[in-house]
Amino acid sequence: MKPFRYERASSLASACASATEPTAKFIAGGTNLLDLMKLQIETPTHLVDIGPLPLAEIEETAEGGLRIGARVTNSALAADMRVRRRYPVLSQAILAGASTQLRNKATTGGNLLQRTRCPYFYDTTKPCNKRMPGSGCAALGGLNRMNAVIGVSDDCIAAHGSDMAVAMAALDARVETVAADGATRIIPIDALYRPPGDTPHIETVLAPGELIQSVVLPPPPPGRQLYRKVRDRASFAFALVSVAVVVACEDDRVRAARVAFGGISYKPWRSAEAEAALIGATVTRASFDAAGHAALRNARGYGYNDFKIPLARRTLRAALADATGVI
Amino acid sequence: MAEGKLADPIGLPLDRVDGHLKVTGRATYAFEYATQGGAAYGVIVPAAVAKGRVVAVDVRDAESAPGVLLVLTKDNAPPQSPWGPVDLPDRFARAEPALDSDEVRYFGFPVAFVVAETFEQATAAAALVRVRYESLPAEYDLRAAGPSAEDPGHISDGTPADSSVGDFEAAFATAPVKIEAIYTTPYQNQAPMEPHATMAVWDGQMLTVHTSAQLTTSPQEGLARTFNMPKENVRIITRYVGGGFGSKLPFYVDATLAAIGARIIRRPVKLAMTRPQLFHMTTHRTASAQRLRLGADRNGRLTAYGQDALVQCARFDSYTEPVCGAARMLYAAPNRLTRHRLAKLDLPRSDSMRAPGDAIGLLALECAMDELADALGLDPVDLRLRNDTEIDPERHMPFASRHLAEALRQGAARFGWDKRVAKPASVRDGRWLIGLGVASAIRADALRSATARARLERDGRLTVELAMTDIGTGTYTILTQVAAEAMELPVDRVTVRLGDTRFPPTDGSGGSFGAATSGAAVYAACRKLNAGLALGITEAEGSVTPADLDDTYAHAGFGAHFAEAAVHRDTGEVRVRRMLGVFAAGRILNAKTARSQMIGGMTWGIGSALIEENHVDPRYGSFVNQDLASYHVAVNADVGALDVMFLDEADPHGSPLGSKGVGELGICGAGAAVINAIHNATGARIRDMPATPDKLLARLEALDA
Repeated sequence: MKPFRYERASSLASACASATEPTAKFIAGGTNLLDLMKLQIETPTHLVDIGPLPLAEIEETAEGGLRIGARVTNSALAADMRVRRRYPVLSQAILAGASTQLRNKATTGGNLLQRTRCPYFYDTTKPCNKRMPGSGCAALGGLNRMNAVIGVSDDCIAAHGSDMAVAMAALDARVETVAADGATRIIPIDALYRPPGDTPHIETVLAPGELIQSVVLPPPPPGRQLYRKVRDRASFAFALVSVAVVVACEDDRVRAARVAFGGISYKPWRSAEAEAALIGATVTRASFDAAGHAALRNARGYGYNDFKIPLARRTLRAALADATGVI
Repeated sequence: MAEGKLADPIGLPLDRVDGHLKVTGRATYAFEYATQGGAAYGVIVPAAVAKGRVVAVDVRDAESAPGVLLVLTKDNAPPQSPWGPVDLPDRFARAEPALDSDEVRYFGFPVAFVVAETFEQATAAAALVRVRYESLPAEYDLRAAGPSAEDPGHISDGTPADSSVGDFEAAFATAPVKIEAIYTTPYQNQAPMEPHATMAVWDGQMLTVHTSAQLTTSPQEGLARTFNMPKENVRIITRYVGGGFGSKLPFYVDATLAAIGARIIRRPVKLAMTRPQLFHMTTHRTASAQRLRLGADRNGRLTAYGQDALVQCARFDSYTEPVCGAARMLYAAPNRLTRHRLAKLDLPRSDSMRAPGDAIGLLALECAMDELADALGLDPVDLRLRNDTEIDPERHMPFASRHLAEALRQGAARFGWDKRVAKPASVRDGRWLIGLGVASAIRADALRSATARARLERDGRLTVELAMTDIGTGTYTILTQVAAEAMELPVDRVTVRLGDTRFPPTDGSGGSFGAATSGAAVYAACRKLNAGLALGITEAEGSVTPADLDDTYAHAGFGAHFAEAAVHRDTGEVRVRRMLGVFAAGRILNAKTARSQMIGGMTWGIGSALIEENHVDPRYGSFVNQDLASYHVAVNADVGALDVMFLDEADPHGSPLGSKGVGELGICGAGAAVINAIHNATGARIRDMPATPDKLLARLEALDA
């Protein structure tokens, strides 16, 4: 770990102003950032701790949704009775991630901004365009079992590791930010992340010093909600693939559907193709399979992760079957 | 305190005598020792290439960083003995020099060492050391090296690399029913909770090394060899060890570098390897490729029985994983052939990991037996019973005790094996496919050397001292029970002191021989003291040697594993719902700690079957998984209901206490029972371990159709 300056934020404005220098970082739970600093993958010269800021509340919105402060811990969010009743897919997703100890520290904003778990990003002796722009991608021809299969580029095939964000993507969550000049903006969660292209080191659309204040959930969509995660062991592992679904049926037909995948892309992967295939389809495994095929039409494996394509399709099928009660 | 003896404390499920110290944080581990004067902190700089030469090391920035006391490289390291010798009979007492040349032998090989006032300062300065390398051509790929692998002559248990009885090839060619299959097992890392760590202190010519080790006398001798000093001047202290699993049989550069650093700066130096460093700087379990060829008559009696194993060791080493050791003893067959071939690669060192050889040898063999049962149309339990033997089939000597058949029979009854449906993919529970699997367990037993000292103190308490270690297995506790029984004292009047070369020497903890060996020495010392009390004797020593085990018999523990696996029909996730291990392991010294050992072994077996693996990236020669977020071991959620049953087993020809090893028997065969249950559940025959969901998808797609 390199020496750094540590500052406890006294106000939103001062926190953002302090963090506008390019080598500054916000810190909240630190569950990812501190690990990366110990490995000198992240080397901020200045940490701005947003711990003192009043961003740890969950409140009702006028439109009938919830506003989740950026500092709300994963544990608190998963346990919130309003979340459990109205957004069970979010509670399930959070509880499928990490461990109790980590969830107690990790925050809503930090979870969205966590960095990839690609092993070559972590091994500083290897090329990685995300860690060292222009150095190459070791995962491309390497052990890329955990890497992405859709939406990525030949410069970077890293996958995003969040479970929480997958549920939020299915729920059409919006991210509210504030910048150093006091300007606020609202970013749909799907637009928060930048595709890797040839600049995989730039991961979000946030500007330096721009802070996530909160995440807003619109009123819950109609239908049953379910999060299904498949991983190499039963607990405390990142997803091979995961899927968040919200599905409403009427007369054995799908009336409304939301589908988002985790573990297959640089961001939580909301699939308009799967949703379009589902609307009006019969409530059968065959329909669900067809939706999976539609979702993954543009997916591409890189060798060790080829299996993620059939696994994602099958996991979607399983989730939809569970949500709709199909045997 | 109540006077009087506790009746026969050996065998009772006594709580760990050190349990309270451990859960209250008062058991002192190597890195936690503080000394007067304050220790400085060392951090190792690992090589960023796998095979090559250090051309130049620029230490200027590191040396001028805050708090730095010493930066050590090949340019200023003191002279030491060269690594080895490779053929030393005790390979754990080899010299282990550090920074003694410009050679990089594997990825992560130490190339510099920084000592500073604080750990953070040393870490920061270590990152400022700039190393220029010349890379050299290298080989990292085990399968690719297979055709040129060498005959190592001997394997690490001392037996020949090849064994042959009868005419295997002819018998296999003519066997009416046969199977042939290649199984592979992956690289594994021991990943103990406590990292390898040392604090070294010099007092004149006397070196004291607090370190985390399974052995005491071997690192004492090895460090003395490294520094060309008398071994009497080296003291090893290792009172508590947070897991070793074989990885703490050798000692490593943490001990060497701490000692060198402490010598130069004239202060104690402590260092702990970081978790990423552990994956390369310490030993691992080799990957393997195994060809199983089993031939039988139509009644299910094995006529031809062959196992060929390909394993890896480091380029400069000679360790050969004894993969076929179990196969040589487990089943009768008149024609037999086992062979080991060794690929020397430019990778870190392979060496022992819990049940070396047997853990992966049985994983393949016991799955192949399931394939044979399938080919014969026989129940897998029945097939094993038909091939049981009272005679070691290769050494032609009787087993001192062998209760494999009882373990299989009693296990089958207790587990409900009769409810198993032989046809795969027949049993469903919602979207889960359910199957049952069985496998035999065997682990050869040995007695090694140990001496113990027993002393009756003036207050009537008994002190027992020996240079044994407790690596988390419960040694303090069982030795307390053994001493109490021998001295006819209550257990709370006994203090056992371990982990110090000032105590009488032992062969330490490893290979499941620790309890039988050190227990026998303690028993002998205490009986001698007890007999001498009337003569005024207050202190006595007792010893045991390998000769105390009757070598006209074959010695092994046996068991049977039964597993119920559920496989999700869509996703290929596997859950072990319940598992039973039935074991015949001689006299059980502590029912609770022995059960814990078996549960631990079975949990490792589940991990080997389903989860645990590391990969070598053949472009770089490094392991891909370098932390516990990516190197997965089984966690609580992976382990269903585990049931352990011990058979009463008296072994009149066995070790002096009648006990057998329990530390490794639990893993032997456990993974195979799980893999066989997956086959029964789905019809998928997994031959490349572990059975992660991706490997089941093809079979599940076929079931869909």
